[in-house]
Amino acid sequence: MSKNEWPLWEIFIRGQHGLNHRHVGSLHAPDAEMAICNARDVYTRRNEGVSIWVVRSNDITASSPSEKGPLFEPANSKVYRHPTFFDIPEEVGHM
Amino acid sequence: MYAQLVKSEGSKTREEMTPQEIAFQERIDRGERIEPKEWMPEGYRKTLIRQMGQHAHSEIVGQLPEGNWITRAPTLDRKAILLAKVQDEAGHGLYLYSAAETLGISRDELLEQLHNGKMKYSSIFNYPTLTWADIGAVGWLVDGAAIMNQVPLQRTSYGPYARAMVRICKEESFHQRQGYDIMMKMASGTAEQKAMAQDALNRFWYPALMMFGPSDKDSVHSAQSMAWKIKINTNDELRQKFVDQTVPQAKYLGLTVPDENLKWNEEKGGHDFSEPDWNEFFAVIAGNGPCNEERLGARVKAWDDGAWFRDGLMAHAEKAATRRHAAE
Ligand SMILES: [Fe+2]
Ligand SMILES: [Fe+2]
Ligand SMILES: [Fe+2]
Repeated sequence: MSKNEWPLWEIFIRGQHGLNHRHVGSLHAPDAEMAICNARDVYTRRNEGVSIWVVRSNDITASSPSEKGPLFEPANSKVYRHPTFFDIPEEVGHM
Repeated sequence: MYAQLVKSEGSKTREEMTPQEIAFQERIDRGERIEPKEWMPEGYRKTLIRQMGQHAHSEIVGQLPEGNWITRAPTLDRKAILLAKVQDEAGHGLYLYSAAETLGISRDELLEQLHNGKMKYSSIFNYPTLTWADIGAVGWLVDGAAIMNQVPLQRTSYGPYARAMVRICKEESFHQRQGYDIMMKMASGTAEQKAMAQDALNRFWYPALMMFGPSDKDSVHSAQSMAWKIKINTNDELRQKFVDQTVPQAKYLGLTVPDENLKWNEEKGGHDFSEPDWNEFFAVIAGNGPCNEERLGARVKAWDDGAWFRDGLMAHAEKAATRRHAAE
């Protein structure tokens, strides 16, 4: 194995104008420029994108699975954040 | 299939499992996806690395028999199409390597294990592509068999693997159709061309059936992999499905499947057919197929010959980074 393994990059692609970039996968490349070239060939062979972002995988900080409870459970009890929580009489019309 | 004879680790009864292992199995039974950083049994991780690695290697080595015909395709259109098909296979290999890397092994390590023979690739790619009709047969039968295996794997329990399969399946249908299209052209051509198509079917039929792996009664690793949902159907189930799907397609071409025992069985609602020669299968897996040496040799040569290029680009990237830092 070469000690010189190309670093890993995470690839984000905007599928169409007006949409967010979305994570599509990762790939190896020596630098950002080459990562974009490789992403073009690996992830957009069938017009899947109009724009590419590349980020070194090492630069991504992810929440850990064990934090899932503390991070996301507080939102469970806050059903009033959804509009359907409130009953609006029909006479009032569309709201 | 693309992953044949994948040895699975573990195989514990419920009584032998730790509470953590039981909770893990229950997540899988509920149909939950397992994601990279989450806890998983060591056996699950190891078996997946083996299976996904073998799958990735098959995509990469699988480029060789088809690449063989790119420069000799009969028309410019066919050449462009075959080039696109082979490029897709490179992409499939890359999706799968990066999915496997989320399990804590690097791509270079996986490649090293391919090159030193520790990891396998599908037996099918150790057969030669002798004529242009073989390119038709490969797309039709080999990609056809691959699809049969890959479609259910879109529901596999490991998230990155399932997502790679979704991308791959979207692209495979083109592969099979371009192959069948070649077969239609050959089978409706001159008597000589039709004979070439028949000869390709004769040579690829049994190797294609072998892609699904040994018969269920000899397939020792299936149960654990199926419990973990990294294998969805048994080898024999998929093989049966493949035969039932392919026989009418051969008939449409006016070609004969090279099996005297092939006949419709009303009772089981499927065809009866001959098993491939399993001795041949095990010999090919062990490295003694017609092209094993050539295929692996080509991969190792490409890797070795490319070292200066990989290192050069890396050196350039490091230099540029140092220059940027200095300027900041
Ligand atoms: Fe593929
Ligand atoms: Fe393939
Ligand atoms: Fe394919």
